[in-house]
Amino acid sequence: MTEFFQNLGLSYEWAWTVSTLVGIITISLLVMFAVAMVIYVDRKVLGAIMMRRGPNVVGPFGLLQSFADGLKVFLQETIIPSAANKGIFLLAPIITFTVALAAWAVIPFDAGVVVSDINVGLLYILAISSLGVYGVVMSGWASNSKYPFFSAMRAAAQMISYEVSIGFVLVCVVLFAGTFNMSGIVMAQKGHGLGIINGFFINPLLFPMFVVFFISALAETARAPFDLTEAESELVAGYQTEYSSMSFALFWLGEYANILLMCSLCTLLFFGGWLPPVEWAPLYWVPGIIWFLLKTFMFFFMFSWIWATVPRYRYDQLMRLGWKVFLPMSLIFVALISGYLMATGHFG
Amino acid sequence: MIQAIAFYLFAGLVIASAVMVIMSRNPVHSVLWLILAFFNAAGLMVLVGAEFIAMLLVIVYVGAVAVLFLFVVMMLDIDFAAMRAGFIKNFPLGIAIALILLAELLLGVGAYNAGGLELGTPDGAAAQGIGQSNIEAIGGLLYGRYILLFEIAGIILLVAMIGAIVLTFQPPKPGARGRQDVGKQIARRLHEATVMKNPEVGQGVEL
Repeated sequence: MTEFFQNLGLSYEWAWTVSTLVGIITISLLVMFAVAMVIYVDRKVLGAIMMRRGPNVVGPFGLLQSFADGLKVFLQETIIPSAANKGIFLLAPIITFTVALAAWAVIPFDAGVVVSDINVGLLYILAISSLGVYGVVMSGWASNSKYPFFSAMRAAAQMISYEVSIGFVLVCVVLFAGTFNMSGIVMAQKGHGLGIINGFFINPLLFPMFVVFFISALAETARAPFDLTEAESELVAGYQTEYSSMSFALFWLGEYANILLMCSLCTLLFFGGWLPPVEWAPLYWVPGIIWFLLKTFMFFFMFSWIWATVPRYRYDQLMRLGWKVFLPMSLIFVALISGYLMATGHFG
Repeated sequence: MIQAIAFYLFAGLVIASAVMVIMSRNPVHSVLWLILAFFNAAGLMVLVGAEFIAMLLVIVYVGAVAVLFLFVVMMLDIDFAAMRAGFIKNFPLGIAIALILLAELLLGVGAYNAGGLELGTPDGAAAQGIGQSNIEAIGGLLYGRYILLFEIAGIILLVAMIGAIVLTFQPPKPGARGRQDVGKQIARRLHEATVMKNPEVGQGVEL
């Protein structure tokens, strides 16, 4: 796209800036639209599992429900508690939302369809997702209220705990792929299973890591069964308790954008991204972006499925799982995988 | 052009937020300004082409260290009157530290102006990184030339971590209640956990 703006008479650096800005705006709008749709899907799936109808009134099949909710929230009054620390109280949802969108910059939707194809793409995602905890912690503290504060404490401990094992899982993937670049990781999965199957999940050394990653992704995004930060039976609504109107909506959108990001990461790191599942010529006729969206949607469906069926973890169980099960397990696998790769002369 | 704008933006924000760290009255605000300073420092790293260092700066300092800072500071019960009362008492010490820092800065600038440091002849190992990606260059140096120092640093950190755990660990008292054995909990079955009683009216049950 840079060339297009260069042809309009801009110098290279300005053309690059403008094309990047256009890319950012496009991705943000698309992600927001996708978030609106998956919120609808989430409610539909939950409804189906609970044998209800779910949203079905606004628009055909209730498809416009999320947009109606957005409009409603937009028109509501923003209430700021008088004892709150106003600046931080308003900053917190903005941070959650921005951080959730920022990580999408390095996600490749298809070969070459990415805003920024940087060398350290995976590290960038790790860095950005480690910022997500600030929105929660700041909102909990700034609300100056007991339940949000409890929730913030829980969130900080929970996110730090699971980030450690996510980090080690990513190390395993990077060891196999030999690069931190997201597109490079996807291409490394081409024909990984016997030259036929695209994806690291087929590898017996990496499949356990995929399971660890998926469960840690649930914990990282505070989805059920790890939704202790907004456990409605104990903490009202957790860190969101004091929020209303758009500031609440920003939390909500950010949360779902994060969930989608984790789903797309599962796709990119273990299920071959935009590559078709099997190396078979007719499957390559389907555009890569369709495969990417299908796989991502499959993981999102698993997220809502788990939400509807699994009861919430107790806090000590959550910590035990993170530190005493996942951390040693992922460490052992880092050693195993590096040993295996050294032994088979993977690095030449 | 754009590089210059970005540099002055990041550099200006680093200095401004560093000033705000020591100027703001509320310690939580201080930590948040500190995070902004870290973040902009990472931006500067990206500008000089050290994207790996930039990402590590964000992951380690912003993502882990500052979260713990914030965690601790948030739970402080801040008494602003007491903080102001301590100002006079700590003033001489503060001035002394400020003077030392100023002297060091002046010394540093003087040494910089005097020319480059000559401790030995430059060798090829350090310059290996040219033309490689950041990660390869750093990996090559850390695990090649500086492997011994790197391992020693790792062992020191490990010892420090074990030390912290040993210092704070309290062994469970024998027979203490509230301890849970997850294996036992999962192995429990319905027929071991419940008993069926069918008491006579007015008799009650004895468990």
